[in-house]
Amino acid sequence: MKEQLEALQADALQRIAATETIRELQDIKVAYLGKKGSLTGVLRGMGKLSKEERPVVGEIANHVRTAITTALEEKTEKLEQAELEKQLEEETIDVTLPGRPVKVGGPHLLTNIVQEIEDLFIGMGYEVREGPEVETDYFNFEALNLPKNHPARDMQDSFYITNELLLRTHTSPVQARTMQEYNGEKPFKMICPGKVYRRDTDDATHSHQFTQIEGLYVDKNVRMSDLKGTLDKFAKKMFGEDREIRLRPSFFPFTEPSVEMDISCKVCDGKGCSVCKGTGWIEILGGGMVHPKVLEMGGYDPEVYSGFAFGMGPERIAMLKYGVNDIRNFYANDIRFLKQYHKA
Amino acid sequence: MLVSYNWLKKYVDLGNLTPEELAAKITKSGIEVEGVEYVAEKSTNVVVGYVESCEKHPDADKLNLCQVDVGEEKLQIICGAPNVAQGQKVAVAKPGAVLPGNFKIKKVKLRGIESNGMICSLKELGIEEKYIPTDIADGIFVFPEEATVGEPVDELLNLNDAVLELDVLANRADALSMLGIAYEVAAILDQPVKLPDEAVQVEESATVANYVSVEVEAAELNPYYGAFMIKDVEIKPSPLWMRNYLMAAGIRPINNVVDITNYVLLEYGQPLHAFDYDRFGSEKIVVRRAKHDETLTTLDGQERILTDENLVITNGKEPVALAGVMGGLDSEVASETTNVLLEAAYFDAITVRKTVKQTGLRSESSTRFEKGVDPNRVRKAGARACLLLQQYAGGKVIAGTAEFDRLDRTEKVVEIDTPHINNRLGTEMTTDDIASILKRLQFDYKQDDDHFTVHVPTRRGDITLFEDMLEEVARIYGYDNLPFTLPEGAGQSGGLTVRQHLKRRVKNFVQGAGLMETLTYSLTNERDVKRLISPEVASSAASPVALAMPMSEDHKYLRLSILPELLNVLSYNRARSQVNLGYYEMGSIFISGQNELSEQPDEQLRISGALTGIWSEQAWQQEKKEVDFYVVKGIVEGLFDFLQIPVTYSQTKVTDMHPGRCAVVKVADKTVGFIGQLHPTLQKQLDLKETYVFDLNLEEVFAAYDAVPSFTAIPKYPSIARDIAFILDKNVHAGDVKKVIEEVGAPLVNRVDIFDLYQGDNLEEGKKSIAYSLLYQHPEKTLKDEEVEESYQKIIAAVNEKFNAYVRS
Repeated sequence: MKEQLEALQADALQRIAATETIRELQDIKVAYLGKKGSLTGVLRGMGKLSKEERPVVGEIANHVRTAITTALEEKTEKLEQAELEKQLEEETIDVTLPGRPVKVGGPHLLTNIVQEIEDLFIGMGYEVREGPEVETDYFNFEALNLPKNHPARDMQDSFYITNELLLRTHTSPVQARTMQEYNGEKPFKMICPGKVYRRDTDDATHSHQFTQIEGLYVDKNVRMSDLKGTLDKFAKKMFGEDREIRLRPSFFPFTEPSVEMDISCKVCDGKGCSVCKGTGWIEILGGGMVHPKVLEMGGYDPEVYSGFAFGMGPERIAMLKYGVNDIRNFYANDIRFLKQYHKA
Repeated sequence: MLVSYNWLKKYVDLGNLTPEELAAKITKSGIEVEGVEYVAEKSTNVVVGYVESCEKHPDADKLNLCQVDVGEEKLQIICGAPNVAQGQKVAVAKPGAVLPGNFKIKKVKLRGIESNGMICSLKELGIEEKYIPTDIADGIFVFPEEATVGEPVDELLNLNDAVLELDVLANRADALSMLGIAYEVAAILDQPVKLPDEAVQVEESATVANYVSVEVEAAELNPYYGAFMIKDVEIKPSPLWMRNYLMAAGIRPINNVVDITNYVLLEYGQPLHAFDYDRFGSEKIVVRRAKHDETLTTLDGQERILTDENLVITNGKEPVALAGVMGGLDSEVASETTNVLLEAAYFDAITVRKTVKQTGLRSESSTRFEKGVDPNRVRKAGARACLLLQQYAGGKVIAGTAEFDRLDRTEKVVEIDTPHINNRLGTEMTTDDIASILKRLQFDYKQDDDHFTVHVPTRRGDITLFEDMLEEVARIYGYDNLPFTLPEGAGQSGGLTVRQHLKRRVKNFVQGAGLMETLTYSLTNERDVKRLISPEVASSAASPVALAMPMSEDHKYLRLSILPELLNVLSYNRARSQVNLGYYEMGSIFISGQNELSEQPDEQLRISGALTGIWSEQAWQQEKKEVDFYVVKGIVEGLFDFLQIPVTYSQTKVTDMHPGRCAVVKVADKTVGFIGQLHPTLQKQLDLKETYVFDLNLEEVFAAYDAVPSFTAIPKYPSIARDIAFILDKNVHAGDVKKVIEEVGAPLVNRVDIFDLYQGDNLEEGKKSIAYSLLYQHPEKTLKDEEVEESYQKIIAAVNEKFNAYVRS
């Protein structure tokens, strides 16, 4: 019987080795190890053996079973592997064909600039506030130390709707509104971005509608050097750590002292070129210490509180930062323009 | 304000500073110098020549043959100028000279005769045409007799002078005068100011009272009026140096009397006016408000119709000048004038400003009165002009001034102290530093330890408060010397509000969905303001908000919808061959329920989109796909899904929209906007292909937004999917059927999706098939097949009953 079993094993292993498909392997498994298989058939004859012979033959039978099973598994795995490789080979694609197109949208350049400035000041503890675009004469002018007939009102000829209502000429009314809301009691830092309107004929450098961002900080003991330090941080983050700033005296009715801030020209690094008109400096924004009358009208006691304010035009910043040469580009919305900057 | 460098040197020692260096210093201290220009481009080899003889060219009518003595030599020059004559001293460009524009002068032959140089006009020497006196606009310039033959002309004509263009802001009225600039520069350079001579020798034989009296009826508008009398003047050109300075300052010389009033205006910042005494019409000056509809013909020949807002100078009968703005034509100084009545007055700034606005007449005079002149310089300016008229017009100045005087000339007093200044600036200045700054500014003060009582000169009318003095101190100290510090206050937590965050998220979403953001104008025209208004806006808005005085018809009304401008943007791009577009804008529209606006309109935040052309490009094994209703709806659905706000759509007709392809969008039964295709007629008008839009009221959307949704447990039990296809009448809306499925299936049916639509061959005429996929799920148990089946049958029955629908097998 032993010889019988060994012959069976040899026969099985030979057939397994010769097989090339998984299906045949399954057939072999059934043929040898199945209920009606050869091995089972041989083992059925075990009953005829003597008591002593049985364990010996049993052990041999187990060896044979294990040998066939192992051979089957190994061969299956080998064939499966080969099949997978064949499949992968067949599945190979041309990776240089283009991907399925995704529609690409994006923000307007000015939105990017505004958000960048917002985030920068939020990082310094500022809140962002908004206000109406149709303003009252009071908030747009009077509360900002610009009484009726003030010559500085000429600086920003306005679109009036009625005698008392107009399109805001700057975002400063949001400052006045914020002071009134905080009732002269609470120190605060805020910036206010938004659309503003002035009676200008649209050309390469003028637009009857444009964007502004202003900032205001009111507290006890605010110093002009704080304004200088804050603007320096802003300029370096916005235009590069290697930029220098310079403050120049200026005039705005709502600040005293007033400043204008220049940054060193990036094109010539301050040496003087056509971009900075040979001065080495480029004007970026205006600001100053909040005028005592403005504080007072906002409900803050100018003897106790002081503050600084500043304002800038994102269009101008975009023009300087990216070399956009005509302000009308921002409002024409030519797709070829927008696409240049939506990642900015 | 144009400031001549050479003229400024008369008042302040400028040391070795170049004009450009001076400009940089002035800019840094507070008055921006916008540019430095030279009176003329450099020329070489141009000298004074004496025309010894001048004859007609034998072969040319319009040419003259001149023999000119230029000092070292005599030159034969052919000159075409009509005004050349024997005995003149003229500017001669010698052979080898180079004139502006790199114009090289050579010996030439003109009609057979040699010409060795050129006799020059001011224009040829590089002076701007608009400043050249009109009588020599077409001719050569003639020097006064005292000019030395052979002397280079550039210095004589001030050609190499630099002109600083100062941008003087509203507060610095003092900087609209050479003296004001002199004080400014003196403070910057720490130098004294040399003041001009005002001492005039008067004729004591008569007094002004013999000639004229002054009466002011509107003292509040004219607190000071002074009249000087100058007899026997001779009208001629003013001295060359004065003409040079006027031209450098941008004023065209006219004659000595007019030039002198202009010169003193520039020097003192005090406007003056010279009347021809003999044409004045009376011996009495009366200043009053104009009468309604009274007329005056001003110097420019225009008849002005006046109102009682205007102040006029009259001769007691009729207006002879518009106070502070412009004189009248009838009493103008002309070539035959011999007696001059000179006005030096102080007019109210606001009145002058109103008159300027009303008449559109802006003059050198009005510019200064509008900003306020120095009350202590009015009389001085008058005296200075009298002196110059005596010197350069041969006039006899009659003793005395006819005056009306209620002018306040007191100096403002401002208290400052060292600690306060340092606290506000963040500096560590000493009391001595501050004292030295006050000295440089030439402000009088009394010092008590670290406290200063400053008497601000009246020329600096802008300084009234501590903060004004703070600025003076800071700017002379130098803004560059301020330290850099950051606020020390405890501050607050900054950041965005929920609404601001939401705005950013909504933008990010639609951008991610493929739309490009635009920014368009809020002001629009009459046609567009009526277009594409969302139904809920149309029902609450009265007439659109209009500007009182629009600049153009294009920008007249505040928009009631963002869409019309977006469509204009599509047209604009289409005209530039950009045809596949998806745009959106987030911004305000302006709604007022009032026809006559008495309060601010409601500013409603909306988001609108417009899409046209191909949405999915053709690619390998992929068909291109045009934008259609469902592309737009997909974006809107996605947005609401993202914000987790339930929303419904129902077919509606909206003006300007395709009647069969438009839906209003509702949140909790409230209309928040619409989506759909533009009406084909409008598309055609705008030269657009099929275009789809959406427009949503973000105020309502944000109101429905739940910022902090409470946690809902993720379902633990398995779900069971069932599909079902109904045969329906064509006009049944898929959404209505879905709603019934949801209602009847609740609470077991968790989700219903529409996954197929079929209309075609195998169906009865007028029918369609819509397939729904249902997801059954129970939060607390595994559903049994029987439960699902029961619900499923109920749904079929309900849909069958409601829509006469049956299940497609």
